[in-house]
Amino acid sequence: MRNSSLSFGAIGIVMGTILVWACSEDTAEHAGTADKKPAPKTAGAASATREVHTPPPPFTEGIFPCSECHKDMETNPARRDLTDEHTGIVFEHDSKNRWCLDCHNPGDRDKLRLASGALIDFEHSYLLCGQCHGPTYRDWKAGVHGKRTGEWNGEKRYYLCAHCHNPHSPRIKPIAPFPAPRPPEGRPFILGGPGK
Amino acid sequence: MKKRPTTNDSRLTTHDSGPGTQDSGPEPSAPALDRRGFIRLASAAAASLAIPALSACDERARAQFLRRHFHELSPEEVKGLVKRLEADAKERFGRDCTIETKPAVQDASFGYALDISRCIGCRRCVHACVKENNETRDPEIQWIKVLEFHKDHGIDFPEANPYYCGPNDEDQNAPKTEYKAPENPLSPLNKKQKAILENQDIQYPLYQKADGGGSNQCAVPRQGRFYVPISCQQCRNPPCVKVCPVKATWKEPDGIVVVDYDWCIGCRYCMAACPYGARHFNWGEPQVAPGDINPKMHYLGNRPRRKGVVEKCTFCIQRSRNGQYPVCVEVCPVGARKFGDLEDPESEIRYILEHKRVLILKNELNTRPRFFYFYSV
Repeated sequence: MRNSSLSFGAIGIVMGTILVWACSEDTAEHAGTADKKPAPKTAGAASATREVHTPPPPFTEGIFPCSECHKDMETNPARRDLTDEHTGIVFEHDSKNRWCLDCHNPGDRDKLRLASGALIDFEHSYLLCGQCHGPTYRDWKAGVHGKRTGEWNGEKRYYLCAHCHNPHSPRIKPIAPFPAPRPPEGRPFILGGPGK
Repeated sequence: MKKRPTTNDSRLTTHDSGPGTQDSGPEPSAPALDRRGFIRLASAAAASLAIPALSACDERARAQFLRRHFHELSPEEVKGLVKRLEADAKERFGRDCTIETKPAVQDASFGYALDISRCIGCRRCVHACVKENNETRDPEIQWIKVLEFHKDHGIDFPEANPYYCGPNDEDQNAPKTEYKAPENPLSPLNKKQKAILENQDIQYPLYQKADGGGSNQCAVPRQGRFYVPISCQQCRNPPCVKVCPVKATWKEPDGIVVVDYDWCIGCRYCMAACPYGARHFNWGEPQVAPGDINPKMHYLGNRPRRKGVVEKCTFCIQRSRNGQYPVCVEVCPVGARKFGDLEDPESEIRYILEHKRVLILKNELNTRPRFFYFYSV
């Protein structure tokens, strides 16, 4: 009994030390002591990962610049069914609480508007999405949510939220899959174990 | 046939006159063949057969036959080997191919993560992989297998459905697909699908290209299902490497488990040992249309294989060793696939391991994969 409690104590001390060590590592990391981190593999790799390269936003053909049509129109902020233009838009994005002008800028139509009132280009629409979808935006910046192409240790290209998600109806839509594999003749599918 | 050695060689009878022999007179006409004698005879016969056989075939095949293990080759010998293989590839496909032998990136340690909550099971990765890595189209080998599971049941391998949305889909509740067998088994993809693999950007914006809504089409993701693509897990403790009797497969310094197709004897022990079904055997002569060949090859990766050898995923070694993402990462339309250097604290893969719920397939087997599955929602 005494032995085991002793050993438990020892384990406790060891665990504690590991914890303290881990925490100090962590804080050092957050404090930004650069010498603790291993140097990146290629020159400028770290800085390159922070830069965001995106392909141009996926506009419907002929829709941009918006100001082409809107410049002479009077802004009507009322919520209504759009019957003349933009009739193809299905609005299923918190539509109870939001309306066009919550994101589209009523003045300069070629810009989007953040909640702060700041105007942004469509190229930076991720800032707009990130206002509500904080954790997803964080993941996207880290390269974990959404698609990334390029080099694993160098320059990367980020896709915008709007490349995959329709901003007006963001749920991913089903697509047709590529061809299924051909089954081996006379054998059921087996994955390292008995099949069905 | 050239001359055979004479069987009444005097050496064969030398042990017959030992102290235990009862026979009185020497009988050279009836030699008893003991074990040592037999081996001598057999090796002499084999040598006399092999030398003319080897001299009959061309220089390249002879050099290929007499080469040593890849790890024992000097840089010059590797160069010669690559030249021979490039000539072989040219002969076979009528195209100039480059086969590189680039070693592992210094201090890199590859890791891979796949977001199960995002994968929609579209199989673009499967076919991009086939194209990039020159996998045989007929008979069909695909390094990636996408399994469909029920959301209510979780990952239950006996229940896995790899044939969803195909002619062999046994799922009764699924909408039936009108299946047309490809006219040419060597290229099962249609024009549109080929175009996507050529230029993946044309699949964006994804929601506008969502063509699966038609009445007869089977569209993914299907209601109540989720998808788990499985390929080589690049184990740090790989059972397949342990069982190989000839060291034809090994772990590279960057963690990629590779196969030397020229050294593989086709015993398939590794396939029996792999708990993930990730290794594939060339039961027939691999066939790829010359136009579909990817000419950028790596010795340990996508170079042409022959009948009777085992092959597997190599994280696209010809790409990853040149800094690129594997092709499955690049083609995934929803960005569910992530690849990077585990040693680089800035990499996506490290972010995932530090911040997400991570699942390891068959963790209880202590294979310690470099391939992780994670949930981001």
